[in-house]
Amino acid sequence: MEFNAIYVLVAREFKKFVRERSRLVSALARPLIWLFLVGAGMSRLVSPAGGMSYTQFIFPGILGMTILFSSIFSSISIIWDKEFGFFKEILAAPVSRLSIVIGKGLSGTVVSTIQAAIVLLLFPVLGLKLGLLQIIAVLIIAIAVSFCISTFGILLATFYESYESFSVIMNFIVMPMFFLSGAMYPVKLLPKPLAVATKLNPLTYGVDAFKNVIFPVEEGPMSADFSLATDMTVILFLSFAFVVIAARLFERKK
Amino acid sequence: MPIIKVENLVKRYGNLAAVDGISFEVKEGTIFGFLGPNGAGKTTTINVLCTLISATSGKAFINDHDCLKEPSAVRKSIGIVFQDSTLDKDLTAYENLVFHAYLYGVKKSEIKGRVHDALNFVELYDRRDDLVKKYSGGMKRRLEVARGLIHRPRVLFLDEPTLGLDPQSRANLWGVITEMPKKHNVTIFMTTHYMEEAEVCDKIAIIDNGKIIAEGSPDELKKIIGGDVISLKTRDNKWSQQEIKKLFDIDAENKEGELYLTSNRGDACIPELIRGLGDKVLSVKLQRPTINDVFLKLTGKAIREEDASGMSNIKEEVRAYRRRH
Repeated sequence: MEFNAIYVLVAREFKKFVRERSRLVSALARPLIWLFLVGAGMSRLVSPAGGMSYTQFIFPGILGMTILFSSIFSSISIIWDKEFGFFKEILAAPVSRLSIVIGKGLSGTVVSTIQAAIVLLLFPVLGLKLGLLQIIAVLIIAIAVSFCISTFGILLATFYESYESFSVIMNFIVMPMFFLSGAMYPVKLLPKPLAVATKLNPLTYGVDAFKNVIFPVEEGPMSADFSLATDMTVILFLSFAFVVIAARLFERKK
Repeated sequence: MPIIKVENLVKRYGNLAAVDGISFEVKEGTIFGFLGPNGAGKTTTINVLCTLISATSGKAFINDHDCLKEPSAVRKSIGIVFQDSTLDKDLTAYENLVFHAYLYGVKKSEIKGRVHDALNFVELYDRRDDLVKKYSGGMKRRLEVARGLIHRPRVLFLDEPTLGLDPQSRANLWGVITEMPKKHNVTIFMTTHYMEEAEVCDKIAIIDNGKIIAEGSPDELKKIIGGDVISLKTRDNKWSQQEIKKLFDIDAENKEGELYLTSNRGDACIPELIRGLGDKVLSVKLQRPTINDVFLKLTGKAIREEDASGMSNIKEEVRAYRRRH
């Protein structure tokens, strides 16, 4: 593994992230819209369960959404790099495919975790109470989930060559992933086919891990669906699998 | 010991042999020109040498490393300037070079110095903090050449480096390229369409339909044409023809009132001609064969950008092949 290459891939992403203010602003606008426009509206319709408002219930999901969009966006920038040629510079370098995948995965992790941390600052506004340990736990989970989704995004990017596929990915992969993640409704209340699809979605376990930490003692329909240990095991295992598969798919062309 | 050695290299895409059993060697510190029409197999060969694609059969070595088995060692020995830009346009020139230095594992303490030197070499130091998207085509190409040198490669590959540049940028870049072997102790492997550029190469290989059909220095290749052509006008062509026959044992052809003769050493021939024919000579013209003449004679076609239809066919086939596999 080439740490110099991993470092510089992350540094490049971070530099661009800081430089493109509009990207940060629009990335942060999305969770705000969902929390305060969708969430607040739905709160009128959905009666609070277990002393929790609907806006509070979707907060872990919104953290997951923030990570989902920014990680996928960061990873499928590989498609842009392919289209504009820059990816060739990376592929022609004396750097293992594994380092490239890890470097790109960590790039997405850094920018996604920063955004998730900013969104997390909203918890007092929503009337949630979190202790320091919970905040640290949320941040650690955010890092793991970001890496998992970023590496999943890299895997996606290996299948596409041009940026026209961007809307395909957004509409047919990212949006369903968001709605089938337990972000907007508890998994245990879903009809069977949807529940199965939800269980196949990596993001589900990320959102569930956030629920486990943010609502630790909650019972009832709005509580977490799996144990925190299950969530973390699935996330780490999937991250590992995505890295290995993506690295293989980046091997030399025929 | 040649720095590049290729033996019987074959690259097939299904039934299409993009590279069909080529062999050649490149001496260290020289400029090697790889010439051929579009779709002849130039870029495919470069891609195999740069370890970007695998070969079907054959061998290739760069700096004593096997291109097919030791990609990492080969990659450290080479720099590449691709046909299409591979710069990150959202970063500055400086950042692009620093990125490259890290990617190639250049020691941290050396990065700054090397990047400054490289930028100075291609005269872009003053524009180092501009985003690359603000650069002109010629500046981008120069920046890519500078980037290719950052990790001190032994061989620099240039795939059509001057394609699409205006004449001034071409001349400018060409100046940079010809300086490199001495200044940076690097061997240049380049492909080009432009014949005047090929003339400057130390050695040229002409490739057509995946095969090397001629190889040698520009002067050696021109001998294929049979030497320089001298044309002269005289007061008395018949008498002159007889004199030339006596003097050089060459039959001069009379075409539309002018006499034509070929000679290996046209320049040395002229004084003798004038001495022999005296005041019967009205004018003498010496025409040296160009690489384009050689190319025309060997392949039956001139190198042009317009035969793009042939190229796109082959590219299409390669793409279709990759989709199937």
